[in-house]
Amino acid sequence: MIQELKHHATLADDFNQNEDRVGWHDDTLWWIREKRDKIAWQVPDWELLRDAASNIKDHVLSNLNPYLVQFEANAIANGITVHWAADAAEHNQIVLNILREKEINKLVKSKSMLTEECHLNDFLAENGVDVIDSDLGERIVQLAEEPPSHIVLPCIHKKKEEIGQLFHKHLGTPEGNSDPQLLTEAARHHLRETFLSRKATVTGINFAVAETGEFVVCTNEGNADMGAHLADVHIACMGIEKIIPERKDLGVFLRLLARSATGQPITTYSSHFKKPRENQEMHIILVDNGRTKQLGREDFRNSLKCIRCGACMNTCPVYRRSGGHSYHYAITGPIGAILAPNLDMEKYADLPFASTLCGSCTNVCPVKIDIHQQLYKWRQVIVQSGYAPKAKVLSMKAMAFTFSSPFVYHTAGKMGRAVLKYAPFTVNNKFNPWYKQRDMPEPPSASFGEWYKKNRN
Amino acid sequence: MSSKAQILAAVLANQPAKLPQPVFEPFSPQGQNNLDVFVKTAKGIGSSLHFFSGMQEVKNLITSSFSVGRIISPLAELSDIAETDFADLDAHTLENVELGVFKAHFGVAENSALWVTEALLGKRVSPFICQHLMLLVNKTAILQNMHQAYDSIGEADYDFGTFIAGPSKTADIEQSLVLGAHGPRSLVIVILG
Ligand code: SF4
Repeated sequence: MIQELKHHATLADDFNQNEDRVGWHDDTLWWIREKRDKIAWQVPDWELLRDAASNIKDHVLSNLNPYLVQFEANAIANGITVHWAADAAEHNQIVLNILREKEINKLVKSKSMLTEECHLNDFLAENGVDVIDSDLGERIVQLAEEPPSHIVLPCIHKKKEEIGQLFHKHLGTPEGNSDPQLLTEAARHHLRETFLSRKATVTGINFAVAETGEFVVCTNEGNADMGAHLADVHIACMGIEKIIPERKDLGVFLRLLARSATGQPITTYSSHFKKPRENQEMHIILVDNGRTKQLGREDFRNSLKCIRCGACMNTCPVYRRSGGHSYHYAITGPIGAILAPNLDMEKYADLPFASTLCGSCTNVCPVKIDIHQQLYKWRQVIVQSGYAPKAKVLSMKAMAFTFSSPFVYHTAGKMGRAVLKYAPFTVNNKFNPWYKQRDMPEPPSASFGEWYKKNRN
Repeated sequence: MSSKAQILAAVLANQPAKLPQPVFEPFSPQGQNNLDVFVKTAKGIGSSLHFFSGMQEVKNLITSSFSVGRIISPLAELSDIAETDFADLDAHTLENVELGVFKAHFGVAENSALWVTEALLGKRVSPFICQHLMLLVNKTAILQNMHQAYDSIGEADYDFGTFIAGPSKTADIEQSLVLGAHGPRSLVIVILG
């Protein structure tokens, strides 16, 4: 599953090889974005809710230390064992230790972006533990030996015919059948067996309530619950930023999450785990893995408010046409491009540049993260630190030159339009990345500068 | 230094200046008929609904619609047609349950979610593992939104609780909606009173 190091532009090229798929991907995500708009507009206090969510998260980040202490104390009082992991390696080791102690070597896992971030599956496989992902989309990418391409819709990059083939090979469905109903039914049977036979489960956590020590997991499929209520051991993993102060704050977040994510009024299940069942072991792992560092970066700490709804991906013109895998990080899209460089500025230097800075992400974000502004700021930090991707250095130099002189700017614009009109082949060539799989637009007859000069009176 | 001490120290060093806890005043539109909104929303996400005045009608519905298969319910009124003493069984043995019937504390109009806790479920797994699910809710227990829901829950102590809105579903294959992912294939809501 480990990809060789390729950057966003190259990976986007790979995705763009198949024009039909790109068109489908683009349209489908936009359709989800439209569903989000439609349902958000039905909530009269939508903007108030976004403000509230943003303010609660700001408040939490400014009091994170006491809230973590309070959450841990309450969770322990509820009978839950709490672990702390400084980084991905420690997190993975804790999971393995819990399993080893119980002599369990098979695990069923529901969706958790944190475990993707930590590459838990790979680590457990290397240590002889068999992991089955139970979210249908995650199971599909797991069978395809690929990472998820979207945090909410893990296999949005796959066509049903490919899924049909995978299921034929692994689950024995009829060859050539790609009916979603039939494939889902096959997965239901396969995973029911899994739920019934696995003694341990790993789930993510959407919200952890400091006041009560309970945590909430949201799914549509019911897979987290099937895993958790049948297993002897439930391990729930969370980043330390998932804390909210009080139970009633869930009212704000549960109203926003599913509406922002998929345009549903709420997920099918919003399960509140407070105490383990009788004879069940429940563990929570609180993970840092770079979060405290991000908390200290004034310009980027807002990114820790993210509730992983995926709205910024669905709306992003770059994500929609480049695919999640082009981000080569567990969290894809605009928010991933802010989180990744915090962990490794050199490896992920390309990501903040994979944006048009149009601001659409910021407009839809339910917790009002200033996503596009943070991307812009990352570019500056990355350039100053000497990690700028090479192609960007050249074009930025040209841009600095163009913008530095009104004469050059106007001449360059005029020349650009003339070239597009009279010699499009010189623009539509492989040296211009925007031409790949696209036709350049018809050049406007007047540039904005010329139009403004004519019309400003 | 332990990881816990290390993380807490780093958080303390890096967290910004304290901001007060915000006060949120939810906006509640007046004159809305919560029951109407609930019904419309529930239908919109694939639940089916019945309005009954008492348990006899519930029984009639169950016997006419679910004539074969195992039925569980912690409700004493249904003891002649359902298993009511399953709470002490191993959770795995519920694997072949066709229908589970439970009471919900309340419903929420804006999303048609129903709040149930372990005390009403007999077993945590029961509303997830059954092929079909029936939830009963009093007509007078339909609240407007999630803020009212949490006001109503208040400080209640439960070991496990969940909001259930509609049948289990997935759209992971090319965004085609399929009901019955891992949990119940259908949700029947009975509004009592
Ligand atoms: S950054 Fe905002 S829009 Fe993007 S996933 Fe996080 S919460 Fe959703």
